[in-house]
Amino acid sequence: MTTATNTLTRRPRVNLTVIAPLVALLVLIGIGMALNPNFLSWANITNVLARSAFIGIIAIGMTFVITAGGLDLSVGSMAAFVAGLMILSMNMLTESMGPGLPVIFAGIAIALATGLAAGFINGILITRAGIEAFILTLGTMGIYRSLVTWLADGGTLSLGFEMREMYRPVYYSGVAGIAWPIIVFAVLAILGEITMRHTAFGRHCAAIGSNEKVARYSSVAVLRVRLATYVLLGVLVGIAVVMYVPRLGSASATTGLLWELEAIAAVIIGGTLLKGGFGRVWGTVVGVLILSLIGNLLNLTDFVSPYLNGAIQGVVIILAVVLQRNTGAAR
Amino acid sequence: MSGAILALEGVTKSFGPIEVLHGVDFALHPGEVHALIGENGAGKSTTMKILAGYLDPTGGRVTFEGKPITFTGSDQAEDLGIVMIHQEFNLAEHLSIDQNVFLGRELKRGLLLDHKAMRVRTAELLSRLECRADPGAQVSRISVPDKQMVEIAKALSRKARVLIMDEPTAVLTEKETEILFRQIERLREEGVAILYTSHKLGEVKRIADRVTVLRDGVMVRSDRTADVTEDDMATAMVGRELSDLFPPKITAHGEPILVAESITVPGIVHDASLTLHKGEVLGIGGLVGSGRTELAEAIAGLRPRQGTVRLNGAELPAGQVAQAMRAGLAYLTEDRKGAGLLLEKTLRENLTLPLLETFGRPLIDHKREEAALDRAIADFAIKAPDRGMAVGDLSGGNQQKLLLAKTLLSDPQVVIIDEPTRGIDIGTKQQIYSLIAQLAAEGRSIIVISSEMPELIGLASRVVVMHAGRIAGELSGDAVTERGIVGLAMGMDGSSKDHAA
Repeated sequence: MTTATNTLTRRPRVNLTVIAPLVALLVLIGIGMALNPNFLSWANITNVLARSAFIGIIAIGMTFVITAGGLDLSVGSMAAFVAGLMILSMNMLTESMGPGLPVIFAGIAIALATGLAAGFINGILITRAGIEAFILTLGTMGIYRSLVTWLADGGTLSLGFEMREMYRPVYYSGVAGIAWPIIVFAVLAILGEITMRHTAFGRHCAAIGSNEKVARYSSVAVLRVRLATYVLLGVLVGIAVVMYVPRLGSASATTGLLWELEAIAAVIIGGTLLKGGFGRVWGTVVGVLILSLIGNLLNLTDFVSPYLNGAIQGVVIILAVVLQRNTGAAR
Repeated sequence: MSGAILALEGVTKSFGPIEVLHGVDFALHPGEVHALIGENGAGKSTTMKILAGYLDPTGGRVTFEGKPITFTGSDQAEDLGIVMIHQEFNLAEHLSIDQNVFLGRELKRGLLLDHKAMRVRTAELLSRLECRADPGAQVSRISVPDKQMVEIAKALSRKARVLIMDEPTAVLTEKETEILFRQIERLREEGVAILYTSHKLGEVKRIADRVTVLRDGVMVRSDRTADVTEDDMATAMVGRELSDLFPPKITAHGEPILVAESITVPGIVHDASLTLHKGEVLGIGGLVGSGRTELAEAIAGLRPRQGTVRLNGAELPAGQVAQAMRAGLAYLTEDRKGAGLLLEKTLRENLTLPLLETFGRPLIDHKREEAALDRAIADFAIKAPDRGMAVGDLSGGNQQKLLLAKTLLSDPQVVIIDEPTRGIDIGTKQQIYSLIAQLAAEGRSIIVISSEMPELIGLASRVVVMHAGRIAGELSGDAVTERGIVGLAMGMDGSSKDHAA
């Protein structure tokens, strides 16, 4: 009896939280249109999307990590480290091979391989050595950040001029007026959503985050799936760096600063449970868009100082978590 | 004898629609050790919790010094001097021993804690218990018997007038048990009323003045211990008629299909071997904590183990649950909520979790999943108001049926079912029993682990009984009796005559 009434009364509330991030995004767009007619202009929208692509690509990977009950604080530093290493090796390759496409391909391969290796190191230490994800990635966060500072000797690593010109179009050009980062972000988001909802891997992530013991007793390879989430995230960090380096052509100790927090915030705003067990990639995409639109809106209007960007984002994150907790209590 | 200090009069207790105590009368007198015995699930814990104020009775009344009383909680009971020592320790693991002993009633000097006085008092209590642990030691670092002693020290420090002990000797060695008994005797002389439960009937005979037997929530008999033998107690505990709850047994004489040899799980299971034949229902009996579950989990690849397991002649590697499942061995856990089902997920997601890869690669075919759920709902008569509901909202019986469906999804040849009917109603029990018989009739081989004696006797043609991590003996055919199983499970000697097959 009671269970039946529970499900009846709970149903609409669950549906509301399902679409809550989407509603928030639409409200935000509505406010933007009312405040500044340029808000919805093609130039502004593509600009916002292209800038949010880096965090977005990382946040897709973060969704899997968090859904499986993990966390990775090291991604921002990892991105800086991967970018530094990529630029350094591309400069060295330019000297030996001369400028050209092979250098770019080699740089991309190095970025992806470094990201994969970094994710693997995080994952293997968390799963096999049994170190708490929060602590371990807090440690690797410091390590990667310090490594990039050391590589850059405290300054900035810059890609050689010729290579920079050659690599630039990866960020600045695109297809049919849509920049490459946006296309890559969109494709990865769709693949991510399909993986989360329609593959055994995605289902296993949710099962592990929901109750690791049940997953183990159901013959799910818990450690391997966990490890895979960190490796996937590392590779996605590599991809994000591949899209990011052509934008400025440099990396320094402040590259990717606080990206990890923005990525985690986007995942949580999107409705993925911080304690794991449930995640959705489309929600993360909406979360990324909400966060970057807030910043964009503040820049476009004189209403609130852009310096308050962080404060408003903070309020949004807290609201998202409060909303989550309410649905959690209803369960 | 003086009047009772604490008593139950016609007490009933229901959890939801199920009544677990049916009019229990029970009295504790000052200066008397009163033993309460019964099988698992007979209602001992519930009785103790009502006496100690943790639970309210549904009907009847509790009297304290002859006057009816309704405890507002265990705090009030403790203030009156009614102290319960729990079987699962109620200690704050990260605090020291003295901090635990005085938890909630710390000694103070002015506003500040009097650490020195508390440490000295704790040291006195521990030395009385001949426990050598350092009062300043963190509880998480001391041994299990020491933890039991700390619990007892904590109770002693509360100036108990009524002391309720839930299987205090389960984790103690013989020597430690003797020390405890000396303390119990001392307390008895001081006029404390003591309620004592144990599965070890020898201890009951030795320490208790009076013994009361509880069976299925009913008080069966209550005697002076001097007037009854251990055998009388065992008979009273188990003496119950078997109805036709169980389908007829099939006696199978097939080939051995599962052979486990010298299975050892360090510290839990020692050198256990068993053989399961094709089409057979084999029971594993024994007390909770005797290593039954751990043995099964080791065989199923869920625990590290030493020893070999062969299924159809092929060896199964240790710790590889997926491989064991693919080879045709499935294990249904006793811990339905903790290890069996994802409570906040839907029926479909739970059902297909162990075998997701077979429902389409790389993308899962949701239609095939739904079809599998349709079949499971029909085959196992699962009643779910809504297919999309969270499994946690299903009744216990329906959860168990879903768990069975999930376990059997891989079409295993050998199924190990741990506590097939824990916490479910009688109707669903019967369904599950006939399902187990049906599985055996299909030629599958089944191991049933159960704490419920009638279940083992009603289902299994052969029963292996475990005691303290070892296989204490095996009973088959007409020798499968409650007396036989209880005897072996309690480690009583003289049951070897039942060994004959």
